[in-house]
Amino acid sequence: MPSHEYVVRTKGLIKEFTMGDQTLRALNGVDLDIRRGEYISIMGPSGSGKSTLFNAIGGLDKPTSGSVFINDVDMAQLDAGELAYLRCHTIGYIFQTFNLIPVMTALENVTLPTVFAGMATDEGIERGMEMLTKVGLEHRYHHRPNELSGGQQQRVAIARALANRPSIVLADEPTGNLDLKTGTEIIELLRELNQNEGVTIISATHDHKMVDISDRVVWIRDGIIAKIEERSEIQLTVGGMAGEDV
Amino acid sequence: MGIAETPSGSARAPMQVQRQIRLPLSKAIEISLKSIKIRLSRSTITASGILLGIAFFSSVYAARLFPVKGSSAEALAAANRQDYLAVMALIVCFVGIMNAMLMSVTERFKEIGTMKCLGALDSFVVTLFIIEAAFLGVISSLAGWLVGWLITSTVHMFSDGPRAFGGHFWLGTLVQLVISVGIGLMITLLAAIPPAYRAAKMPPVSALRTEV
Repeated sequence: MPSHEYVVRTKGLIKEFTMGDQTLRALNGVDLDIRRGEYISIMGPSGSGKSTLFNAIGGLDKPTSGSVFINDVDMAQLDAGELAYLRCHTIGYIFQTFNLIPVMTALENVTLPTVFAGMATDEGIERGMEMLTKVGLEHRYHHRPNELSGGQQQRVAIARALANRPSIVLADEPTGNLDLKTGTEIIELLRELNQNEGVTIISATHDHKMVDISDRVVWIRDGIIAKIEERSEIQLTVGGMAGEDV
Repeated sequence: MGIAETPSGSARAPMQVQRQIRLPLSKAIEISLKSIKIRLSRSTITASGILLGIAFFSSVYAARLFPVKGSSAEALAAANRQDYLAVMALIVCFVGIMNAMLMSVTERFKEIGTMKCLGALDSFVVTLFIIEAAFLGVISSLAGWLVGWLITSTVHMFSDGPRAFGGHFWLGTLVQLVISVGIGLMITLLAAIPPAYRAAKMPPVSALRTEV
């Protein structure tokens, strides 16, 4: 059975944090299968375990028990070098705070993953300009992050995330630091990329505007998945969403 | 990118040799130099620390290139005192640099975390910090040596006159230049190792917002 249909699978994910003599269970047994090419949003209130799940999928944090498979590779089996390889080639990250390297220009930021991947400089620059053009910023390639607006920085971050043509893009509150209009533009860009490039996008978010372009929405609450809804099942009403209070 | 199965049956990501994770030295140097430039005031403070320590060291030993005044017993006692002071200056210098570098690492936790998310290995982070430290070390030591040497030479120019600047003087000067820069560089690198190690251990998750 072609298991490449699922790009990410988690089985019985449990994550505990010990604070002093107290143990907090951030994730309490999460099973989630994410299809290739899907746009999936993980939503939930603060403290629900949304970020913890996100970190586990991205290999940023080791779960206490359970497994995460990316392209059928068990993350727990990977050593530091292989994990770095995965992060460089297979996963692209987008952060709420953009996280561009301040000393580098937009182009240099976008080409950094290609440098790590061992790509030649010319090839890397070509790829970088290609990505910047995709996000509409080819004319700002020589600007540093402090010369770019929030929306533009996020665009550069998206271009950077796609530089090595990853299978998965993990977006942690991509619109969190953006105003309504800019946030909508970014969401539209992500939608386009998902549909045209077939990149699987997994985003952890509070933003209800992202629901409209998601194929599925995963509601997480108190460390477990409360509900998974297909886009068609969700009813959006002004001021809220049916099913939001699960 | 396909997934191969190892004979034991466990699936492992393939490591294509020509596409291993790398940080070319030229690129590492580029990034390190830019980091120094953009944090110029912090870099200057760190550099000044090294400069002053090495300047004192250099001025003390440059004085020994000139003819000795007074009895040899006095001179010996003076020399011992100076040696002690020079060593103390270098120790203070060392502590100061380590502090400045630790601060630098703490400030850059997000940047380091982000680089790891892009695929940087721990060794890349160490390399970047060491290159930065080496560069600062060499430049400041050179400047420090020059300051110390100039001060001492100027003073002795007036008290001893031009006769003191014979052939042995310049040879001695060259030797001291090499030693001063060598010691300065060594101190800076030693002071940079714990902070660099700390930086390398920063988890990628520090690049994200903090929320449970």
